[in-house]
Amino acid sequence: MTSLTLVRRIRARPSIVFDALTMPEGIACWWGPDDGPVLLAETDLRVGGRFRVRFRMLDGSEHESSGEYLEVVRPERLTMSWRWMDGEDPGESLVEIDLRAIAEGTELTFTHSRLHDEETRRSHEAGWNGSLDKLERHFLAASNGDRHDQA
Amino acid sequence: MHEPLDRTFAALVDPTRRAILARLEREDSASVSELARPFAIKLPAVMKHLDVLADAGLITRSKLGRTVTVRLAPEPMREAMDWLRRYERFWSAGLDRLAAYAEGKEAEAREKDR
Repeated sequence: MTSLTLVRRIRARPSIVFDALTMPEGIACWWGPDDGPVLLAETDLRVGGRFRVRFRMLDGSEHESSGEYLEVVRPERLTMSWRWMDGEDPGESLVEIDLRAIAEGTELTFTHSRLHDEETRRSHEAGWNGSLDKLERHFLAASNGDRHDQA
Repeated sequence: MHEPLDRTFAALVDPTRRAILARLEREDSASVSELARPFAIKLPAVMKHLDVLADAGLITRSKLGRTVTVRLAPEPMREAMDWLRRYERFWSAGLDRLAAYAEGKEAEAREKDR
């Protein structure tokens, strides 16, 4: 399974970070890859509830993703399935967020995992995980040397 | 869960195996005996290295008659790296903005608590 892990240390308590991750007004302020606007943010924050977020990028393109909340443990852990509406990356992936209280506030560990539904493919690719994790670390270290990213 | 990871790290740590991978990257494919030629080790030792690389999913082997052809298996790696890059781009800046937003909310909350 391929996965991306990012870590941030945030000077805010976990409950505030958790709400920023899950409440539409918070999502509207940060979601998306650039400073383009969030056009729609809906969350039904309970296990089995769904979220839907649509945003526009600075290049004018609009994208929408949605999914289901799988674990909702405020303020420690949030997991959700993830799917792009326009099928640009077909299939479902998994987002896991853990919030840990630290002296300065919160350590947020964010993981986005690609899921392979065919069991055979998974076992075939199992061997790639280690080197991917390693390359991922190199890649993230190279592109985000000043941040707390880890594989 | 760590077992495949350990296996791949172990596969990449050995200089002979890295040399084999580097050569396969250059030449696309090679037979086992071609791969063995530059090394001062015996064919069975090379075969063992190839077993380790195959177990780690880094190469594929196909047999035609008496010749085993070895190839690098770059496609799953490339595909996965594209995926990683794309989501890294997507989330990294967003999480920075999330942090800034939450820190603003924290400051507001502390102001209120005073």
